[in-house]
Parts: sequence; C-alpha cells; structure tokens
Amino acid sequence: MRKPIEHLFIVLAITAAVAVMLGGCSAEQPGSVDGALRVGMVFDVGGKGDKSFNDSAYRGLLHAADQFGVEHTEFEPGQDADRETGLRKLAQAQYDIIIGVGFLFSDAMRKVAVDYPDVKFACIDFDPRPGETLPDNLAGLKFREEEGSFLVGVIAGLFSKTGRIGFIGGMDIPLIHKFEAGYIAGAKYANPAVSVTVAYAGATPQQAFADPAKGKELALLQYGRGVDVIYHAAGSTGNGVIEAAREVNRQAIGVDSNQNYMAPGNVLTSMVKRVDNAVFKTVQSAVEGNFSGGLREFGLADDGVGYAVDEYNEDLLTEEMLSVVEDARQAIVEGTISVPTE
Amino acid sequence: MFELAVLDSALRMATPLILASLGGLFSERSGVVNIALEGILLTGAFASIVATYYTGNPWAGVFAGVFAGILISLIHAIVSIVFKADQIVSGVAINLLAMGLTQFLTWIIWGSSANSPPVQGMAHWSLPETWGPVARGVNTVIGHYPPLVYVALALVAVSHVVLFRTPFGLRLRATGEHPEAVDTLGVSVHAMRFAGVLMSGAFAGLGGAFLALNTHQFVKNMSAGRGFIALAAMIFGKWNPVGAFAACLLFGYAEAVQMGLQGQAVPTQFVQMIPYVLTMVALVGVIGRARPPAAIGKPY
Repeated sequence: MRKPIEHLFIVLAITAAVAVMLGGCSAEQPGSVDGALRVGMVFDVGGKGDKSFNDSAYRGLLHAADQFGVEHTEFEPGQDADRETGLRKLAQAQYDIIIGVGFLFSDAMRKVAVDYPDVKFACIDFDPRPGETLPDNLAGLKFREEEGSFLVGVIAGLFSKTGRIGFIGGMDIPLIHKFEAGYIAGAKYANPAVSVTVAYAGATPQQAFADPAKGKELALLQYGRGVDVIYHAAGSTGNGVIEAAREVNRQAIGVDSNQNYMAPGNVLTSMVKRVDNAVFKTVQSAVEGNFSGGLREFGLADDGVGYAVDEYNEDLLTEEMLSVVEDARQAIVEGTISVPTE
Repeated sequence: MFELAVLDSALRMATPLILASLGGLFSERSGVVNIALEGILLTGAFASIVATYYTGNPWAGVFAGVFAGILISLIHAIVSIVFKADQIVSGVAINLLAMGLTQFLTWIIWGSSANSPPVQGMAHWSLPETWGPVARGVNTVIGHYPPLVYVALALVAVSHVVLFRTPFGLRLRATGEHPEAVDTLGVSVHAMRFAGVLMSGAFAGLGGAFLALNTHQFVKNMSAGRGFIALAAMIFGKWNPVGAFAACLLFGYAEAVQMGLQGQAVPTQFVQMIPYVLTMVALVGVIGRARPPAAIGKPY
C-alpha cells in the first residue's frame, strides 16, 4: 500500500518524464536558398492560435513576409528545455534572423546568441539583467506597457460613476506591476479622487494566468464592493474577469490583444500590445541591413502599445473622453507626463 | 471575512471540488485509486462547452459533461480493472491525455490553441416575483447561485445515503475493503469496481461542466489543479461524503477569504498563503489519522 504522498512523487516523476518525451523537435530543414532573407520564429507556451500574444507575433511575421518576400518557418516548443533546442536548430540551419516570442526565451537567447554570432536574434519581452549589455546580434524588444495602461486608466477614471475602480493582475511580479502602476497613474490623472482596488490571482503560473474561474470570483468580489471598472493583466484568468463584467453588467478592460468582442458592451476598451508591429519592424531592419543589437523599447510614440476602439465599445466612449485620452497620449509622447513603472 | 459576498464566493469555488471529490470517493471506496480526477474535470468542462456551443442549451452541455466524464473514466476502468495495470500510471496517463486531447480538439473546432468562444450559460433558478415578498426573500438569499450548486449539495446527501444505507453501497465498500469476501458471496468485484470508477467519471464530469458553464467558455487547462485538491479533500474527509464536503467547503472558504482580503493593505504574498496554512492547521489539529480502504490500489 503506497501512501498518498508517494503517489504524488510518482505522478510528478512520470509527468516530467512524459513531458520531456512529448516535447517534440520538428523544426524544418533548411529549404532552397534563393537569396531571400530567412526568418525563424519560436513561439511561447500559448502557441500559435492563442488569439493573443503569439498570434500577434505571427501576424507581424506574415505581414513582413508579404511585404519583403522573406522565407519563414515556425517552431512550437513543448517544454522548457525545448526552447533552447528550437533556437539552436534554427541557428544551425542558418536562418538569418530568429525571433523568440516571450520573456521565457531570455536566458536561452543569451546563450545561443553568443554561440552563433553570424545569426541575428530578437526576443520579444526580453527580461534584461541589471546593467547587462547585449551582444551585437541580439535585440531585446520591450514594450512600455505602463504607457498603454496609463491611457486605459484615464478611460477608467473618466468612465467610473462610483469613483472606485479595480485592477486584477495574474502574478505579483515586476512585469505586472508596470500595468498596475500605469493604470493607477492614468486613473488619478483623469480623476484625482478615484480609489483603486488591487488584487492578484495566484502565486504559480497556472493559478495566475490560466484559471478563469478564479478571475471571475475575484472580479465579482470587487464589483460587489462598488467597483464599476476592472482592468485585468492576467492572461486566461482575465477571461473570467470579463465574464463577471457581463454577468453583473459592469465594465472590464482587456489586455494584450483587443478583447472588446468577448462581451460587447461590457468591455470598456483593451490595452493592446502591438507585438506584430515590433516583429515587423525588426524584420524590416534586418532586410534593410540596419539591424542592431541591444534593448529596444516600443511605446506610444512608435505604436508599440495603445488602446482599442471598435464597433463593440464605441457607444461606451464619448468624444470628450477620447479627447482627454488623446491629450494624455500626446503629453506622454512629448515627455510632459512621465509614467511610473512601479 | 464573513460578509455574504465572500461566503457566496466560497460556495461557488467549492462546487467543482465537491463534485470531483464525491466522484473520487466512489472510485476509491471500490478499491480503485483515481488520480485521474483532474483529467476528468477538464474533459467534462470541454465536452459541456462543445455541446452547449452546438445546441445552444447549457443543459445539453451538462449531460455531455457527465457523459464525457464516464467515457474517459471507462479507459481508467478497463486499464486498471480488466488489465490490472497500475492505477496511478493509468490515472496520470488519463490526465495527460485529457490535457492534450482537449487542447487539440479546441484547435480543430475553434481554430484556437487557447480557448473557445463564449457560449450560453445557465440561468439562475429563482421563484417567480409574482409570488410576493416571500418569493423575493427566498430569491435574495438563495436565488443567486448557479443551478449546479444546488445539484452538488443534493448529491452530497444522495452519496451519503447510497454509500451507507443501500445494499449497493455496502457491496461497494466491501469491495474496497475485502474483495475476496465479496467474491465468495457471489458479487462480481469487477462489476462493483466498474460502477465505482464510472460514477467517479460522472461526478467529476459534472464538476467540469459547472466549472466551464459558470465561465461560459472553455479555456485550456482550466481545471487548474482542482482535481488534485478534490483528491486531498477526499482524504481529508476520510473517504466519507460529508467529510469530503466539509473539506471542500474549507478549501473554498479559505480561497474566498484570501481573495476578499486582497487590496486591503495586507501584502498579497501573505494573503495568498492563507489557504495553505489553514489546510495544514486543520490537517494537524482537527483531523486524526485517515484510514484508506484496505484493498485500495490492488487489482483483483
């Protein structure tokens, strides 16, 4: 008779073993070289078809392929260790530029970029170490999420009738603090008296970013306490926030991609991260021969972040609101407003 | 900590746990370890959304969830009862299968690796307002839960009666304690174990249906470890429906308190620790030794 705790260890061991075996390596072999630039893309855990982050990167790649006639191939890693394997496979196959989608690639990129100095690398949401200088062939692409969050915060501050708004983050980490800090600053800019309730979903990636049932309960609690707009930065957990807004007929604000369609009339707007623009511009720089390594930040000034207005939310946003938001955007681009990140 | 919104939230958080742990209980009482609850929850969640998506009727989704739960637990039953394979290995395999299969089918059906489109949810049960103030009173107190919450509560009582007050329950428990004796009396051990495992599939499938229909959407891996928490609750409750129910309520309540305390000047990390500390305190302080069925995990 085994004890339950032994069961748990057995389960963990087997899960790990099977996961390693399942993590397939299926990068394509190099095709014929006809002079066109060859781009490889390695996706994040969500994978192609996540209707968000990865799809946005893929759109950028397709747009670049369309525009510049570059050849491209994609790779979906199964498990952690496959990320580096995927990058190395593409580098060995002499792709000209290899793009890793997501901060999880940061460590693998650092190593592989040093081993293959002739290949160009770009990492979306690169997570730099303090004081780090990147090799010439590695571009770390970052987004000023706080700037986009500031604008949706302005909208929330102007829209709220109760003067109480909420924020639901996935995990209590610096990346998510950028969303929170920008949002709060924006809301206070629009309405200095506004109060902001902040909650975080979980301490493990699963609870934090993949548990919509939990997101819904967190949101219902906030709505129950008089909050009437909630901005989420919590991946799939946030789908539950939007569902809660629909159920009690309040407002949610989407994140990363345009989520206005998910509950028409109950999603005030979405903070969109233009990963597609960043990918397109990076491929463009490689095509034009002016690719350079180092950190590059995409903010409001170069359409790296923004907010979404479409047929699903245009009735919620008044002309006056949008003009205040556009003034704020202008002020951020010109540097008269500096947006906090913590 | 005791405001109504937190208690409401606790009950809703506990519902999928209650259903899954009742399921686990029937399987384990018959002598078959069921670590596959996580995978069954996920399968039930997926099937309920597919059926609701195509029919527009969430009750069709509920039945599909139950049916899919039974189907996937049938694999566990055949592998571990007929072929006498290790029950833990079979359970793990089903969890991995459910994870991969639901994601793959999400891609096939909706062209997304992440989630389904929103579907029709369940209307809450309530008495007609025309019945007067009494009906309105009843509605404010209990009318705001999703229907499956009531179903789950009723199933706790039903499970208790079935397990301890019926010949079937007696045979099921005996199969888990001493299968040889059951066999000698002319009752089929295999049949009893099949019944136990398939019932666990039906219950956990229903739990998955609640999880998904309450979110109006399937999201990949949305069971988020609840199957394992349900398993813990079952052990916590000493393989007893009422005990498991109480353990699930405790887990749900701890989670709801944790969520309710957030944003009130206590550091998030500290607040998020509460459910785990509460679990350990209860485990050490309140619950004594839990004795599993004697023949559990042993093929017959």
